[in-house]
Amino acid sequence: MAEIELRHIDKHFGPVHVIRDVNLTVKDKEFVVFLGPSGCGKTTTLRAIAGLEEIDSGDILLDGKPIQDLRAADRDIAFVFQNYALYPHFTVYENLAFPLRAVGTAAAEIDKTVRSVGGSLGIGHLLKMRPSALSGGDMQRVAIGRALVRRPKALLLDEPIGSLDAKLRETMRVELKRLHYENGSTSIYVTHDQVEAMSLADRIVVMNEGILQQVGTPTDVYLYPANLFVAQFIGSPVMNIAATRVSSNDDEARVSLDGASFDLPRVLLGMLEQKKAGQDLSLGIRPEGVLVSRDERPGYRPAEAHIIQPFGGFDIVDLKFGEKTLRARTTSGFVDKVGTRVFARLDPSQAHFFDSKTGASLGIRLGG
Amino acid sequence: MMTTLSPQSRAATRGWSDITIRNLFVIPTVAFLIIFNVFPLLYSLGFSFTDFRASSKAAVNFVGLKNYADILADPVIWRSFSTTLWYVIVSVSGQFVVGFGLALLLNRPIPGKGLLTTLLLLPMMLSPVVVGLFWKLIYDPSWGILNYALGLGKTAWLTDANLALYAVAITDIWMWSPFVMLLSLAGLSAVPKHLYEAASIDRASKLYTFFRVTLPLVAPILLIAVIFRTMEAFKTFDIAFVMTGQPQAELISSRLYKMAFAQWQTGPASALAYIVLIMVLCITNIYVKYLNKAKER
Repeated sequence: MAEIELRHIDKHFGPVHVIRDVNLTVKDKEFVVFLGPSGCGKTTTLRAIAGLEEIDSGDILLDGKPIQDLRAADRDIAFVFQNYALYPHFTVYENLAFPLRAVGTAAAEIDKTVRSVGGSLGIGHLLKMRPSALSGGDMQRVAIGRALVRRPKALLLDEPIGSLDAKLRETMRVELKRLHYENGSTSIYVTHDQVEAMSLADRIVVMNEGILQQVGTPTDVYLYPANLFVAQFIGSPVMNIAATRVSSNDDEARVSLDGASFDLPRVLLGMLEQKKAGQDLSLGIRPEGVLVSRDERPGYRPAEAHIIQPFGGFDIVDLKFGEKTLRARTTSGFVDKVGTRVFARLDPSQAHFFDSKTGASLGIRLGG
Repeated sequence: MMTTLSPQSRAATRGWSDITIRNLFVIPTVAFLIIFNVFPLLYSLGFSFTDFRASSKAAVNFVGLKNYADILADPVIWRSFSTTLWYVIVSVSGQFVVGFGLALLLNRPIPGKGLLTTLLLLPMMLSPVVVGLFWKLIYDPSWGILNYALGLGKTAWLTDANLALYAVAITDIWMWSPFVMLLSLAGLSAVPKHLYEAASIDRASKLYTFFRVTLPLVAPILLIAVIFRTMEAFKTFDIAFVMTGQPQAELISSRLYKMAFAQWQTGPASALAYIVLIMVLCITNIYVKYLNKAKER
């Protein structure tokens, strides 16, 4: 049982306000991912929870008990470093045994635990080697093993697979997920890679400039971004964002981006009125929400294919509507040549509206 | 269009080829070493098998291993050896403890660290003879500041057979601890910060971290410091020479000096010099073995 609670955490580095009033509860056995660009305060928050960084104000609670004044060693929280931080002068075995030896565990028990953890991580055959002889992936396995041998209340991971190559990252991602299923320890994971965040997290915490932008399940964060920052940070390729003006057009709502206009269901007008939306509106639509057709159809606007990026399973096509460009996701080879004339409309269920000034989502959901 | 110059033509534009420049630097150095190091080394090896006296014109006779046998049978020389060995142990371990201790103190954020480090390095930069002379004043039994400050009355540091060795060792420790400190400091600051963080996460106490993480990681550079200081301490001459004439506390290098230049026994003195050389080589070899072991990672 381990529940981590952050209450009104604030932290400055000199004049820089790195964590601003962060409040968060990580439930027992939950896998939470802090996601954000570099410098957003996610690693500092993680290090503060571990006791490697002091906070200016606020409370960090582990199972209801404040731990912000305890030393890192007394918090019973394990930490996996981005650069592994293995002891170079020890063998893998001694690296894994270190946290147990440090508190005077009996030799027989150390041996049993080290071998069992080594086995479950697939590094049993490396126990006699030194870290310098290991590959990046194996070093990371040892680092994770060192965190697991002591059965900590919580496991914190700071971009643990950030320095591995793409293929190995994928393998390690699956392995981390399996380990979490097996051990069920409360985990907080820091990354700037949204794919890692989406695939690992029970809940994602999106951070920017020291502020929590949104906390939610991967699906929530992807489908219902709370603001422009989250909308553009999550999802690859990024969401199309355009300043927009909405007007009435017979029995539809007309959404005009500069140079292009699309029709959306008329209920939008009522919703905007209800939300007291001003004139500064931004429309956000993911590339998969831009529906493309080769033939002219009612509601579809003509566009010219501008840039085609093939990704194997699908293509990302930049469509030019006059001056305005929208990025669309199509089946592979759907548009074969740059300059091809196609037709497109917006999928209302994937349209997001934001207040351009505050960046906040208006929370408008137009059903299918 | 750009063309790449071939190495020859690049050298040609400079006037000298790389090989010419290499020779220009290497040949004088090698010549210097041969004339002033290798030749005397071999020449004195020759002397060590003779009864040559640099002060006399008498015929030089080859005496075989007699000089070596005489030296190894001489109790005075054996006493000098054991005195020297004890001196090396006291002096080097003293420098190690003081130097490493200072490095540990300086390896943390303290105000005025740069100035403090510079001040602490000063003794090392003085001439050994100067150091010896003013420590002689400090140790002076009747008006030296040491006896005055510690209230030791008229303790005769430099003439007391039991104290003279330690008095010289203390001076050597004072002078050379900064050297150990400097190397230790380099070693300590090379230990990555994240290892200390990892150790604190791994619940290690400060003491445990010091012995299991810090010390093993700085060990190679500490060993280098110890090798240098052992070799130097073995041949300590200048400080001891100006400070004390106490025969009970005579170091091997003083003995060697007396044989070679006071008594003009050039042949036997050369033999003794060779014996010292072999001993120093043996001792440093032990360290180098440990060093290689420590570096194996």
